[in-house]
Amino acid sequence: MTVNIDKCRVLVVDDEPEMCKGVQKILRNFDVFVQDASSRVTYEVDTATSKNEFFEAFTSKNYDLILLDYKMPEVSGLELLEYIVAQKKNTLVIMITAYATFETAVESTKLGAYDFLAKPFTPDEIRNAVKKATNHFVLTRRAQEFEEQRKKLRFQFISVLSHELKAPLNAVEGYLDILDNRFNNISPEDFHMMVNRSKIRIEGMRKLIFDLLDLTRIESGEKKRKLENVDIKQMAQFSADLFAEDAAKRNISIELDIERVGEFCVDKSELEIIFNNLISNAIKYNRDNGRVKVKIKSYGNKLRIIVADTGIGISESDKSRLFKEFSRIKNEKTIHILGSGLGLSTINKIAKLYNGNIKVKSKPDVGTAFVVTLFA
Amino acid sequence: MNTQRKTKKTKILIVDDDFDYLLQQKLILEAEGHEVITAENESQAKEIINTQDFDLAIVDLMMEDMDSGFILSYEIKKKHPLTPVIIVTAVKSQTGFSFESITQEEKKWIKADLILAKPVRAEQILKEIQKLQAA
Repeated sequence: MTVNIDKCRVLVVDDEPEMCKGVQKILRNFDVFVQDASSRVTYEVDTATSKNEFFEAFTSKNYDLILLDYKMPEVSGLELLEYIVAQKKNTLVIMITAYATFETAVESTKLGAYDFLAKPFTPDEIRNAVKKATNHFVLTRRAQEFEEQRKKLRFQFISVLSHELKAPLNAVEGYLDILDNRFNNISPEDFHMMVNRSKIRIEGMRKLIFDLLDLTRIESGEKKRKLENVDIKQMAQFSADLFAEDAAKRNISIELDIERVGEFCVDKSELEIIFNNLISNAIKYNRDNGRVKVKIKSYGNKLRIIVADTGIGISESDKSRLFKEFSRIKNEKTIHILGSGLGLSTINKIAKLYNGNIKVKSKPDVGTAFVVTLFA
Repeated sequence: MNTQRKTKKTKILIVDDDFDYLLQQKLILEAEGHEVITAENESQAKEIINTQDFDLAIVDLMMEDMDSGFILSYEIKKKHPLTPVIIVTAVKSQTGFSFESITQEEKKWIKADLILAKPVRAEQILKEIQKLQAA
């Protein structure tokens, strides 16, 4: 496990210089391990003994934690507390006071103090208070980082998606423009070709939208999974039948080899996505007169689905990109094959729901086999 | 057909990984009396660059690699120093990553005469052909 290192920037605000130095000394070699974030936190402590020093420090640096004296000669700690909270820098404040009463504690907390520490305190008391605040700030920081990362990934996903959706629109629009502007000069062959290509691109776009719905349905967990005993052989056969016509057009045979597999507890629609994607890929990326072999085995609670083709194969360097969203292997052999680049990434996500995985074995120009393993 | 335009026949190389885009440009530019040769990827383009002459090249920036267009325009300029090269890209509008080939510094590393944002319509290309011929 990797341990993150976090630095906690602390400001001690107290009109007694001795007090500031004391806290600085206590925290100098102190570190805290935050288990949930697997983070080791060390402290960088600055001090301020007057109102001016406080403002100078506070405006020049972002502090994670401020230890604030309740009563200072020129300014009240509560005023400073209000100011700090109003800046919305996510700074945690621990109020320190020699006049610890229930009322002052309540007042501070109301104004947004995180904790309260009564003077005089022992080094252990201050360490404990700092440790508690540290746990809070590290977990908040992690949550923020996670949220930022999530937003960034979402933005990337939508950028790529919009590009993938615009491409077929541009293509169809291009053909319509030609038909519109140059109608009188178009040969019947070109006319049919343009209509045909437009239809193919629209079909590709529809497939993308369907795949996108599959993917988001799996990812969001919105759809209730319905685990039930399913006749695996029947489902594989159904999927093979669905693509039989596409296969026949290119004289590709589909062979099912399903041994001793009866019912298996899965979500039917998830299994359907797996079969449909793997079988249609095996046809699309095959050569004419090729073969598709669907082999299914079960061992106890383990189900293994192998779909192998005799197609163009995948190079070693492309394999690593295969299961990423919108990752399509672009080369001379695949340029005319329509695909959303989402199918394998969706299967990968489904397999994880079953604590399983998807693996690929491939040899360029010989063929590819995808192996999906699921655990019921 | 537009005979008023009096453009002389230009041989244009278009490199793009979108099959339909190539087909459309070919249809339009050939109808305007130009000759069009197309390539769908870097290696096809390199083959043409090394074996044929052409008057203008229009190259898609992102194909197999993020910088395919830069590589190809470099190759074209090396082999055919006087042939104008236009790079077309959707990169500018989509990523905000911006570059031009206007200043001397930019011209040093981007070996293209013009960078156009996708989608580039044939009318725009015809205009550029006229400009290049006039220059």
